[in-house]
Amino acid sequence: MTSNMEQRPDPANLDDRGLSETETERVSYLRAGHSLKSWLLTTDHKRIAILYVLSITFFFFIGAMAAALIRLDLLTPAGDLLTNEGYNRAFTLHGVVMVWFFLIPSIPNTFGNFLIPLMIGAKDLAFPKLNLLSWYIYVIAGLFTVFVLIAGGVDTGWTFYTPLSTMYANGNVILAASAVFIVGFSSILTGLNFIVTVHKLRCPGMTWNRLPLFVWSIYATSIILVLATPVLSITLVLISLERLFGLGIFNPALGGDPLLYQHLFWFYSHPAVYIMVLPALGVVSELVAAGARKPIFGYQFVAGSSIAIAALGFFVWGHHMFVSGQSTYASAVFSFLSIAVAIPSGIKVYNWTATLFKGHISLDPPFLFAMAFIGLFVFGGLTGLMLAMLAIDVHVHDTYFVIAHFHYIMVGGTISAFFGALHYWWPKIVGRMYSLAWGRLTAIFFFLGFNLTFFPQFLLGYLGMPRRYHVYPPEFQVLNVISTGGAAVLGIAYIMPFVYLTYSMRYGQPAGNDPWGATGLEWTTPSPPPKHNFETIPVVDRPPYDYEIEMGDDDA
Amino acid sequence: MNFIPLWPPSISGYSHQVDLLVIAFTALIISLSAPVFILLVVFAAKYRRGRPADRKHAPNRNVALEVSWSVIPFVALFGFYVWSTDLFARLYRPPADAMQIDVVAKQWMWKFQHPEGQAEINELHVPTGQPVKLTMASQDVIHSLFIPALRIKQDVVPGRYTTIWFAVDKPGVYRIACSQYCGTNHSEMAGSFVAVSPTDYAQWLSRSANDPSLAAEGAGLFRSRGCSGCHDPGSSARAPSLVGLYGNPVPLQSGQTVIADDEYIRDSILLPQSQIAAGYQPIMPTFQNVLSEEDVLKIVAYIKSLRRGEATQ
Repeated sequence: MTSNMEQRPDPANLDDRGLSETETERVSYLRAGHSLKSWLLTTDHKRIAILYVLSITFFFFIGAMAAALIRLDLLTPAGDLLTNEGYNRAFTLHGVVMVWFFLIPSIPNTFGNFLIPLMIGAKDLAFPKLNLLSWYIYVIAGLFTVFVLIAGGVDTGWTFYTPLSTMYANGNVILAASAVFIVGFSSILTGLNFIVTVHKLRCPGMTWNRLPLFVWSIYATSIILVLATPVLSITLVLISLERLFGLGIFNPALGGDPLLYQHLFWFYSHPAVYIMVLPALGVVSELVAAGARKPIFGYQFVAGSSIAIAALGFFVWGHHMFVSGQSTYASAVFSFLSIAVAIPSGIKVYNWTATLFKGHISLDPPFLFAMAFIGLFVFGGLTGLMLAMLAIDVHVHDTYFVIAHFHYIMVGGTISAFFGALHYWWPKIVGRMYSLAWGRLTAIFFFLGFNLTFFPQFLLGYLGMPRRYHVYPPEFQVLNVISTGGAAVLGIAYIMPFVYLTYSMRYGQPAGNDPWGATGLEWTTPSPPPKHNFETIPVVDRPPYDYEIEMGDDDA
Repeated sequence: MNFIPLWPPSISGYSHQVDLLVIAFTALIISLSAPVFILLVVFAAKYRRGRPADRKHAPNRNVALEVSWSVIPFVALFGFYVWSTDLFARLYRPPADAMQIDVVAKQWMWKFQHPEGQAEINELHVPTGQPVKLTMASQDVIHSLFIPALRIKQDVVPGRYTTIWFAVDKPGVYRIACSQYCGTNHSEMAGSFVAVSPTDYAQWLSRSANDPSLAAEGAGLFRSRGCSGCHDPGSSARAPSLVGLYGNPVPLQSGQTVIADDEYIRDSILLPQSQIAAGYQPIMPTFQNVLSEEDVLKIVAYIKSLRRGEATQ
């Protein structure tokens, strides 16, 4: 960390409970209005990002509570904490809340919102009011979800498979589907806003070849958000029509086709996985370059692979249906296309590794999280390849192997990148440094806790423990207990940042413009940034990640 | 090893093959990922910020290298793709001499019907060394028959038949589970898979042979439900004769021709308007809400038993 001491608050005032403000803070977006109204009616992308951080954190903890119930219940083979019904409602709530109210908006709506204008040298997003509207839509959908919870929950699983969801489930299916339907509009509006912003608001000199990789990945994500989400919305409407009015769409007893539902659902939900992981890949590209103080290796390949992943992601949904009764020829094609996704994903990982070669590698918290991400993503991705293999999938489909695999990608990947981003841009967001030692400790706890929780689940899956099992054969108990123990460690890693990050807001040292010595427009403006981001519109005259490279001996 | 089980029992030629594939594939993914993990640690140590090291001429692109680390893993993966797809395709090509057992899934139980008429609930007896084909139907939601020791799984979907086959090479008692979430007691929809030697199987059959065979039960239903009123060769109503139907092509009014398999016969009973045999009026009523999936399977077994040269009684 380069020291930036010129903005140290008046030492005499430090005793004043750390409240003293720096000059920069006084004119920053954080102090531009203190009233609740100035936050709730703000159109400043940075403030909206903070509204999102608060709201997704709230939902993360609701989802985490459900996960805690599940893990506690699975300590014993018999279901003695919850009833079967209660267990089913717990994992459904966990899935619905985590997927739609945490993972999908997690990085795009928080860091995407905060950083895109800063990274491309713009004052705000293209449609600031639309941005605020999409937050309100998210909140309304969130209230629906809370209402589902209060009304007793829903027991279909987050996948809402028919005809279970339309004819047989007893819970609040329509209410839950409405919540997901509504939050979809928030996704669509946010995606649209990002696409227009990236196209129209880049500052002079910020060509496509100079876009930060995080912006590339959010751009790719936005395309998926806009194209895939409407399919989900329509599917949820069809479920509601069948459940309410007995319209025969998916239920064979009414002349419908249950596999049609699965095709529609996964046509959205597989790309949705890339909505969760692409932004994470973008974050890690930023962190690896900054952590190694080197230009990213093969910028074009890394940027292009984001677009390739987004595009391929639309053609692999059938790999969720290998044992569903779909045509074996279709399965063979989907298996092949799923394996093809490994190419752009592999490019990212190998290019990050090559970026570290001859770098100046920092082990500060953001970069530890980036390394944790690479480990978890590689492991999750390669086990995903196993699942793409037809003969292997037949055995491990719908078992804990799948649970472990997608938690490695969606949770291990997304949360380590989210935490990496939080630790990297926190000084930019609040203008203060946090305790690096505590940050490193969190990264280590997260990595160990995560692996302890989810690695045993690969074994459970191969042994044949199906997912969504409240009661399980006694021989699986030891592995389940290990997994629950890991979840406790993981829980600590989730809570720790609250303490030291909150503490840093008052007592942290002012960060200065660029505490990590990183390139990128967001580091050229004060921390926290002023209301309109830049004093003057920046002009870009150099490539991205323009770190200094040692050349021949004459340079030494 | 009993304290923490790490590998499930494997009891068929197919399951041994899957294990082999998994082990070989694990070796591949270790060889693809090991360089990343090792270099990550080596670089982090060697090029740690502030530590002196040779950092001259750090490359920031190398297209040849990038293309090679995209293409080489893909070629290796493609080999595995061919292997695994071939293995998978075998699951859907049962040998001609496979013994046929019908499966009906409903919330939350498994019912198995042997050709000789024996029915069991949540327990499936099969002889070793003999290919067995399961034809499966669901009475309500989607279930999935999962037998971990055989490394097979197949969804059981309402409104259609799905099939899977296996040949067990090792006797024993193994788990059957439902792996597709099917509502409240999903996790309790479990059963035992009992593989016994052919002689023990014959004994078991004779011990439980109180029931008439499936086809005989189907014949009873065929009469009591009124099917015979139209479909008997001597009947006055104009309906196609079903003798020798199974396995043969049927010309349809739409101009298509279909093979009369289990699924076709089932659909013709439950959705008679969907595929009309050429030359006949669409006058057959649906039996959708009249017959359970078990009854349909029995009638299908009866129709399959009607071979040419044997008149219906």
